[in-house]
Amino acid sequence: MNVLWLQAGGCGGCSMSLLCADTPDFHAHLRAAGIELLWHPSLSLASGSEVLELLQRCADGRQPLDALCIEGSLLRGPNGTGRFHVLAGTGVPMIDWVRRLAARARHVVAVGSCAAWGGVTAAGDNPTDACGLQYEDERPGGLLGAEFRSASGLPVINIAGCPTHPSWVLDTLAALAADELTAADLDTLARPRFYADQLVHHGCTRNEYYEFKASAEKPSDLGCLMEHMGCKGTQVHADCNIRLWNGEGSCTRGGYACIACTEPGFQEPGHAFDQTPKFAGIPIGLPTDMPKAWFIALASLSKSATPKRVRDNAVADHLVQKPALRRTRTK
Amino acid sequence: MSRLIVGPFNRVEGDLEVTLDCADGVVRAAHVNAPMYRGFEQILQGKLAHDALVLVPRICGICSVSQSVAGARALADLARVVPPPNGQHAINLMLATENLADHLTHFYAFFMPDFCRPVYADQPWHSEAQRRFLPGHGEQTRVALAARQRAFTLLGTLGGKWPHTQAIEPGGSTRAIDAAERVRLRAKLREWRAFLEQHLFADTLERVNAIDRLDALWRWHAQQPEAGDLRFFLTLARATGLAGLGAGPGRCLSYGTYPQPDGTLALPAGVWQMQPGGAQVLPLQTDCISEDASRSWLESGRAGEPVARHPWSGLTRPAPDKADAYTWNKAPRWAGQVVETGALARQLVAGQPLLSEAVAQHGCTVLTRVLARALELAQVLPQMEQWLRAIRPGEPFCIPAPLPESGQGMGLTEAARGSLGHWVVLQQGRIANYQIVAPTSWNFSPRDAAGVPGALEQALVGAPVRPGEDTPVAVQHIVRSFDPCMVCTVH
Repeated sequence: MNVLWLQAGGCGGCSMSLLCADTPDFHAHLRAAGIELLWHPSLSLASGSEVLELLQRCADGRQPLDALCIEGSLLRGPNGTGRFHVLAGTGVPMIDWVRRLAARARHVVAVGSCAAWGGVTAAGDNPTDACGLQYEDERPGGLLGAEFRSASGLPVINIAGCPTHPSWVLDTLAALAADELTAADLDTLARPRFYADQLVHHGCTRNEYYEFKASAEKPSDLGCLMEHMGCKGTQVHADCNIRLWNGEGSCTRGGYACIACTEPGFQEPGHAFDQTPKFAGIPIGLPTDMPKAWFIALASLSKSATPKRVRDNAVADHLVQKPALRRTRTK
Repeated sequence: MSRLIVGPFNRVEGDLEVTLDCADGVVRAAHVNAPMYRGFEQILQGKLAHDALVLVPRICGICSVSQSVAGARALADLARVVPPPNGQHAINLMLATENLADHLTHFYAFFMPDFCRPVYADQPWHSEAQRRFLPGHGEQTRVALAARQRAFTLLGTLGGKWPHTQAIEPGGSTRAIDAAERVRLRAKLREWRAFLEQHLFADTLERVNAIDRLDALWRWHAQQPEAGDLRFFLTLARATGLAGLGAGPGRCLSYGTYPQPDGTLALPAGVWQMQPGGAQVLPLQTDCISEDASRSWLESGRAGEPVARHPWSGLTRPAPDKADAYTWNKAPRWAGQVVETGALARQLVAGQPLLSEAVAQHGCTVLTRVLARALELAQVLPQMEQWLRAIRPGEPFCIPAPLPESGQGMGLTEAARGSLGHWVVLQQGRIANYQIVAPTSWNFSPRDAAGVPGALEQALVGAPVRPGEDTPVAVQHIVRSFDPCMVCTVH
């Protein structure tokens, strides 16, 4: 399967993240999965006119295009002209190139939350009129329109995340190359379900603190980040705490909140990123699939049962109380 | 005079187009265009101050820790706090990991592949260059990408993830390191050192750091010219004349970086300039920094107002139809003058003897820029080992940093490719103005109100253009020797 990768209005972070894939031989990994890069802005030798010739052939249909990967938001401004991002050397806005290439591609893939929903580039007043390939936040549409289907019949595949995880990208491309990714493998926002059917909460190392509602109160505290520090891990679709980042990392393991970067509209949460919005002292964003009354009842019960060890450690940056050692064997 | 428009310019970060006016086989004038605008300075207006720490790393996926550090330092300046020693060491380790990994990515994946181009097919070293560096196949590129991936596992532990960690706070780092983790991180640093000593230098870092003269460098090269990728680069540099290619403006800026608990900087701040009687280093005066938007697709302010503005009063309002403008980048100037920034600038400001002599002889050119990055790898990795050793498990990594309702803060740091500054003005807890001056904004700046070209625009003048070349290879060497980051430039 050949892949053409272009960068639109983003930061290049999803490409840089991709190069952190857990493999001793990045290019052999691609080859073994049946992935051939036609061109990638960071990884290819071809520059200038050689690239323009390739893009032209893809746009004309002379070069078959199996997967078009777009990283970064599509900048429609100013006034719908797309001039905030002109593809260098062409004088033609990137959005026009993307429309032409998407019409020829067997698969169209949005790499990262910018290409999927608009992402951080669409924050604030969205000065560049940024959007995703097929969504504008959670609203279907975007650059290509809600009805767009690529030649394979699939909608734009949204490998959302800011940045996106290298193995979400590699696994998606490998599944496409093997013809093993169907509409049933995408969730209702067209994200691959192999990572979007998980919650960030799953596998979180702060689970004991969560159980007892022993909460962090300031940056670097060990406690649960949900009650005060803005963590949305119980609501957010991604397997970050199961499929770790850069060896052994995740946001919550790094000591800061999950800001929902795989979800549409995460860039404008309507509250401070590092603070949990509450109503009458109760967080308004409660865990997915849990009745509010039960959560409140359980939280108040577990808070009253919190062991001293858990309570003390929650507000320290290292273990100040160790688990008790008993003279008897565990039972 | 003929005109070449070169783009898309790949193996740089972001979007770049260069317009060249050529005559008699050389470039006579160059105009550098950053053809994308995202508007972070507009997006940040009206935001809560602390929210900037989520947004600013996302300016750039290749130097996101640098952006975090500049943002956190600007807020720390507002809060009048200094992180505790553990926090400083952890942040320095994260920043150095990103900067050094960036040097690796640049050397192996961005810069060296140009020697694999067909234009060099008749050169005796061409097949060896392809064996080592051909994109997708090069043996050394393969090992280097693997070493880079392993290096970033340091950031997995120290910062949760890379890019776009949010572990860097005004008061320190959110991820305390315990004693066992310190042991594991030390093993990772040793692994990184082993890669550098086996593959890049084919020598110990200490022996590389001891090379203090140009003749000593060439003797070191002559001992085993095929051993290690840096010596091979020196072979190619001599064969292709990189020492005389791409001379910059002869004035270099560094904000200095890696602050230590005793208040010093591991790499000092200053402005280095070539003088008739030798070079001199001037103290860094940040009030001398200005940005001029006369040739940018941005409003320059009302008639009668100064064209060049200090970042405290910087203005960012798109003007896409502005006549005579040709880029989204502004033109930063220091005391009204064009400066170059990057690893070479840092080393010249620090008085590194080998590079000082190399620059006295050749100037700030492609050879000295690439050499400075390689030597910085050898110089900073041993310092990272010391910072890690200085971490005291159990002592604090982060202190509270309550922000005032109003005020202004400045955050300066060094990204791999040069000096990065953030200037934030707060009013009633909200951001009233946020200005970012990125390293490539300096290096790839357009002409200013006086018509003076930016650093790269100057460095490209005189570059050879071979018959039939539409993307001249010499231009590619010069452009990539700056390791440009266009997404930061235009933010």
